[in-house]
Amino acid sequence: MLKKTLAALAIGSALLTAGQAMAADYVIDKEGQHAFVDFKISHLGYSFITGTFKDLDGKFSFDAAKPEDAKIEVNVRTASVFSNHAERDKHVNSKDFLESGKFPDAKFVSTSVKPTGKNADGKQTADVTGDLTFHGVTKPIVVKATFLGEGKDPWGGYRAGFEGTTNISRKEFNKDGMDVGPQSDNVQLYITFEGVKAK
Amino acid sequence: MQLRNTSARYGWVSIVLHWGIALVVFGLFALGLWMVGLDYYSAWRKDAPDLHKSIGITLFAIMLVRIVWRLISPPPPPLASYSRMTRIGAAFGHAFLYLGLFAVMIAGYLISTADGVGIPVFGLFEIPALVSGLPDQADVAGVVHLYLAWVLVVFAGLHGLAALKHHFIDRDATLVRMLGRKA
Repeated sequence: MLKKTLAALAIGSALLTAGQAMAADYVIDKEGQHAFVDFKISHLGYSFITGTFKDLDGKFSFDAAKPEDAKIEVNVRTASVFSNHAERDKHVNSKDFLESGKFPDAKFVSTSVKPTGKNADGKQTADVTGDLTFHGVTKPIVVKATFLGEGKDPWGGYRAGFEGTTNISRKEFNKDGMDVGPQSDNVQLYITFEGVKAK
Repeated sequence: MQLRNTSARYGWVSIVLHWGIALVVFGLFALGLWMVGLDYYSAWRKDAPDLHKSIGITLFAIMLVRIVWRLISPPPPPLASYSRMTRIGAAFGHAFLYLGLFAVMIAGYLISTADGVGIPVFGLFEIPALVSGLPDQADVAGVVHLYLAWVLVVFAGLHGLAALKHHFIDRDATLVRMLGRKA
């Protein structure tokens, strides 16, 4: 379930020379595992369960000068859900929740990116709209994304990284899922990753 | 009745182990099926699995005692009236019940310990996680635990039907021997 991503952008950054950048293709750094799709769901209304999906991959194209042209696609293996409790994870994988045997992948494919200015830290932000396919249901969602930075890494590559948040309703994607209370319908997602520029 | 088995009859240790374990196995099976269907807000949702695991671990220990006792005091030999096929079939059947029961218990243990957390037994002490982190461990062990449990109780049912067949059709002492009578 999850998905995500984003693109963002930077309209004229005064620090960069004015050159026109070309949109570059990036592959999300799965090998080094700089990619996280974390979730947070209320438990009984008293605290939150947080967890993550350990197996995901994706790719995006991005040019900080033209963030609105960015595109992203992320795939998450639902069975990789991890909340640090084997019995719960087993249950979450069952037909009561993810049904990961029947729906092994969740996918997010962006359809539009709308720059929304800068956040308090001066980072470029954008609303990334896309189609989330989860539990066999496809619906549009909007990810509030932030472009965190880009540049050379110490090992000869070039990276760009982002973070984003969104909320999804369990019921909207799985109306027959187990009822664990109305406070636990909303799933907060936090996504962050680096992409390594394809050579 | 004597404690030990003799060549003519079962002693009470074996008899109590046999019927007690039969009761616990069917009880655990029912408890297991019931608990996985509990609603999230059921009052038993936490206690039922804790009980299931605690009883299961205890059963494992009792099964070890049963095997040791079997070595100390072997069961009486098959009745003279049994055919060769009956003897072979019974030997394989009984071996399957033992092995199947251990396999179900081990699979159950592997579900709960998949993330390296031990299993508390009645809140008194904890059985440590020895094997964890296998690929999809909890899910695979869960499937094995469920289906093998079904196979085991069906097989135990056949074992019971076979005993009734000996009693009512063959009219031999198979069943009454396990109730403490002499052959």
